[in-house]
Amino acid sequence: MPTTKTSPTLAVFKLASCDGCQLTLLDCEDELLTLTGQVRIAHFLEASSAVEPGPYDLSLVEGSVTTPEDAERIRAIRAASRHLVTIGACATAGGIQALRNFADVDEFRRTVYAHPEYISTLATSTPVSDHVDVDFELRGCPIDRGQLIEVITAFLAGRKPDVPNHSVCFECKRRGTVCVTVAHGTPCLGPVTHAGCGALCPAYGRGCFGCFGPSGSVNLPALIPVLRRDGMDDEAVMRFLHTFNTAAFDKELNS
Amino acid sequence: MTATAAPVVLDRDGLGALVAALVAQGRTVVGPTVRDGAIVLAEMTSADALPYGWGVELDAGRYRLVAREDGAAFAHSAGPQSWKSYLHPQRELLWSADRTPEGDVSFTSHEPDVPAYAFLGVRPCDLRAIAIQDRVLTGGRFEDTGYGKRRRGALLIAAECTEPGATCFCVSTGGGPAADPGYDLALTEVVDEDGHRFLVRAGSEEGARLLEQVPHRAADVATEATARASVDGARDRMGRSLPPVDLRDLMGASLDAERWNDVAERCLTCGNCTMVCPTCFCTTTEEVTDLTGDHAERWQHWDSCFDLDFSYLHGGPVRSSARSRYRQWLTHKLSTWHDQFDTTGCVGCGRCIAWCPAGIDITEEVAALHAERGPETETETETETETETETER
Repeated sequence: MPTTKTSPTLAVFKLASCDGCQLTLLDCEDELLTLTGQVRIAHFLEASSAVEPGPYDLSLVEGSVTTPEDAERIRAIRAASRHLVTIGACATAGGIQALRNFADVDEFRRTVYAHPEYISTLATSTPVSDHVDVDFELRGCPIDRGQLIEVITAFLAGRKPDVPNHSVCFECKRRGTVCVTVAHGTPCLGPVTHAGCGALCPAYGRGCFGCFGPSGSVNLPALIPVLRRDGMDDEAVMRFLHTFNTAAFDKELNS
Repeated sequence: MTATAAPVVLDRDGLGALVAALVAQGRTVVGPTVRDGAIVLAEMTSADALPYGWGVELDAGRYRLVAREDGAAFAHSAGPQSWKSYLHPQRELLWSADRTPEGDVSFTSHEPDVPAYAFLGVRPCDLRAIAIQDRVLTGGRFEDTGYGKRRRGALLIAAECTEPGATCFCVSTGGGPAADPGYDLALTEVVDEDGHRFLVRAGSEEGARLLEQVPHRAADVATEATARASVDGARDRMGRSLPPVDLRDLMGASLDAERWNDVAERCLTCGNCTMVCPTCFCTTTEEVTDLTGDHAERWQHWDSCFDLDFSYLHGGPVRSSARSRYRQWLTHKLSTWHDQFDTTGCVGCGRCIAWCPAGIDITEEVAALHAERGPETETETETETETETETER
């Protein structure tokens, strides 16, 4: 069924990010034709240079706010969007670039750039929800394709997305994966990490490295002695937590 | 019962023939096998898949496979899954709905998947756990139809316990290493200088008929005596125990205990204990639609009292703190389960101890609650209960 002028409009925007999350939408190959039958894609620069002006019924935003311009731009995007859904670790937690939050950005600027005066950047990388109201946050680095379709489907139907808030452990147990921590002594962030990936890494014998960020119910301080028991020293624990969701895990550790 | 009601002895080939006979009947045989560093449950078409020569070393938060020189197949204790993975699967489609272009909506209820299961190597603790889930899921006014159908079609071959693990405590929950009635066949594995063999008792007509189909010999006195001694000996080698007190009473009197704060500091609220527990049965349902909005499905899947959404009412979760969720789990399991289902919810399999990444030990927590309670009177505990309810809300 072709879309019409009255079909809901979908827009995709990016801030500071690698584009992997919006690419996930293009990766939904089996669903793309059905999707374009249900929504009019009005703004999606990675797919098409033809853009329509807002307002948009559903906007997907990837990336974190790292510049004064983006801090302004996200307000404009919010104002043009009936529903705003952030996608991925950058947009929901600040991303790997939030490592700057624990360092001196001016020092980076002086060290990396020949003309640091050309660089306009904020001292922090922050999630979109620090700046504007967000209707739903879809986690992951990158997001899960099935979950993205579920979120879009749910917003089209006007219902709550079926995106559980619990830990990755639920997913391991449901798929029958043997616990890598208990049976192998492998450090794993699964007990504190938001489900959504289907417990991919433990299914291949690796510990979860937390790319979906903290779950809806986290007791991160309780995991530290477990990581230490399984052979991590303080620095290894710090490095384990300081990846794609570094700011979110840091907040959990110090809350 | 027929003449085969007397115990018989199978050797390893006999056990192989038993599995072959079940497969030939069209049954889906599920039993223990080694995968990914653990003894898991899996479908098998040959007894060769059994974990011959493997045992386990267990502790709180720790599980390791260890080689056994005696080549035993059933000398290990409970692994990461239980039979509920098959009888009460983690995800099940209940019904779907479709809307026609004219706007008519039709509903289709989905018939559950009902393989004719044969479960091989059901531990006595798990036999009791299945009996508890029978009560919970089929004993009330509203039967879980999928569970009921799978359960009624399942053949249970128990393996009595001769090698309890360090996390086992079935004896202190009123159980033991010998199989209670409810099985079709019960095996007791014997490995000594006279060879590797299985003493087998039939517990049902179907079990007896099955035994007649496989090569066996009458049980000799020595095999029977050794088997009995192994199981009796296992009773005294449980790695752990619950305090010998009235647990319903203790839980009821401990709602305001300090110990809940202590355990809440260590609890990851990850939900592993409930997922591995062979009696935990809670589910949630989710409705999903497809992109067109013309097709909807209702799925039932495992949930857990450790999931915040589990107690979510309008405005927020009723049990938001880790303290309140751990307390809910333990008090339900050991106390209010009796009120609801007239049985305990704990069979002492030790899975929640071994598979808790943080190594929280249910027996240690109950002992601490018992120690904290001290010699209190009933009047005092009632007052505490009321206070606690208010503060938790």
